[in-house]
Amino acid sequence: MGHTITEKILMAHTDLQDISAGQLINARVDIALGNDITAPIAIKEFRQAGGKKVFDKDKVALVLDHFTPNKDINSAMQCKFVREFALEQNITHFYEGGKVGIEHALLPEAGIVLPGDLVIGADSHTCTYGGLGAFATGVGSTDLAAAMLTGELWFKVPPSMKFIISGSLQKWVSGKDLILHIIGLIGVDGALYKAMEFAGETISKLPMADRLAMANMAIEAGAKNGIFPPDEITREYVENRAKRPYTFYASDPDAEYSDVIEIDAGLIEPQVAFPHLPSNVKPISRAGNVKIDQSLIGSCTNGRIEDLRIAAEILKGRKAAAGVRLIVVPATPAIYRQALEEGLLETFLAAEAVISPPSCGACLGGHIGILAEGERAIATTNRNFVGRMGHPKSEVYLASPAICAASAVLGRIASPEELI
Amino acid sequence: MIYKGRVWKFGDNIDTDAIIPARYLNTSDPKELAAHCMEDADAEFVNKIKEGDIILGGENFGCGSSREHAPIAIKAAGISCVIAKSFARIFYRNAFNMGLPIFESAQLWEEVSAGEEISLDSVRGEITVAATKKTYTINPIPPFMERLIADGGLMKHIARR
Repeated sequence: MGHTITEKILMAHTDLQDISAGQLINARVDIALGNDITAPIAIKEFRQAGGKKVFDKDKVALVLDHFTPNKDINSAMQCKFVREFALEQNITHFYEGGKVGIEHALLPEAGIVLPGDLVIGADSHTCTYGGLGAFATGVGSTDLAAAMLTGELWFKVPPSMKFIISGSLQKWVSGKDLILHIIGLIGVDGALYKAMEFAGETISKLPMADRLAMANMAIEAGAKNGIFPPDEITREYVENRAKRPYTFYASDPDAEYSDVIEIDAGLIEPQVAFPHLPSNVKPISRAGNVKIDQSLIGSCTNGRIEDLRIAAEILKGRKAAAGVRLIVVPATPAIYRQALEEGLLETFLAAEAVISPPSCGACLGGHIGILAEGERAIATTNRNFVGRMGHPKSEVYLASPAICAASAVLGRIASPEELI
Repeated sequence: MIYKGRVWKFGDNIDTDAIIPARYLNTSDPKELAAHCMEDADAEFVNKIKEGDIILGGENFGCGSSREHAPIAIKAAGISCVIAKSFARIFYRNAFNMGLPIFESAQLWEEVSAGEEISLDSVRGEITVAATKKTYTINPIPPFMERLIADGGLMKHIARR
């Protein structure tokens, strides 16, 4: 029996000759990630277990991106605690201040995570790196502590679901719409404990930004990981970023899948996930008249340069509607700079957007864009749970950068087709 | 181990933002986290519960973020264990690692009302409803996991042994 790409990557990180779904394995970790919320607990646990030195200072990434720039004294204390540990341990991939970007945009961009890697992160959206053809999964702080200590972690090999996606995408339809459509199809626990493997002719043409956005939301279907077969698009993305060797793995033709789901992407309209679950999706044509108070373009899902270009294309020469707060969050300093050089920031300023520093703040209701009671936001983020972006009686609608930009201009959830 | 308490019942897909909203994640102090446990699902939750009470969730309990603050908040609030139809993957692992015992039972959720007293025997793998004496079978916790929970979680367990 052949193996899936997920099984092959996991197996390559063990000394086993064969593995199969359901098996418990101990595997070597290439990168272990923590942030300013999860790393403090991991560091305490690390010390509690008698930890003195991390297993490899080049394989631990600590990114202070959630409540930064420090939003209050407690947040500053958490960051200080992680910083002191990072300096003490001489951690190579430590990011804060003007170097910090949103971790799941930053790590691929900086070539820290690569195809074929086994990555664990104490952040549920660690699954983003599946876009590169890596096995990447979110864990808790204790698991991060164990990985920082030993360089290994135990895993249960997940069964894989295969999504074969064919057809040409309609105008304004992106990877974000595909993944929202899929989550709507299978539900928020539709891939519980499983790997979501994406394949098909649509996927083979899909740009890296879209792949990363799709893999990012695998967790919203309950998945352990999302994964794309690496190809020429992957090679183009990583070849000038990688500073160490990487491996392309591919599923065998006779690999076993728990489910195979075929999707005609040509039939999919831009999607909107209504409150309060990412699975509560409707096509934009059936969104109705939903007025908004805020539009957020950014996050680890959709804060990449490609996303900002789409938003700018729609916002060019237009302004956010009266009463709508438009917030744009370039996900990394490099994206910020590129947006500046391409004139995108000028477009956003002219549209009366607030341009935020790279931060996870607004997406998880931390800071920089909190919603009041009764307020409604459309966002390019990944979660619309109760209270996610602020008051428990506020609402979050999830959509693509195109929909969020058009909605900002029109003051209600809308398609760019109404403008362009 | 025997867990006895009143049942606090919740629906499907109780996410980690409902268990402990991100706005309180600027600390990892268990007491502070406990003060906001389940706040966005039931604002009065922490004022109503008694030490030892039990949370009964629906499908996919603990979905969303990887924050270990979620099982920490539940445990520090005095909840003795969580029973749900099913658990989200990361929460499942985090709960045991933090020493919060969790159990799966779909039938219990269908048949037991909020406020009922139940007792759960994690060694025998049995839940008994106090009023009706009706019993439900659950997967027992294996001895190594009982010790891990008794020690207060994975790292305390490793440090002790």
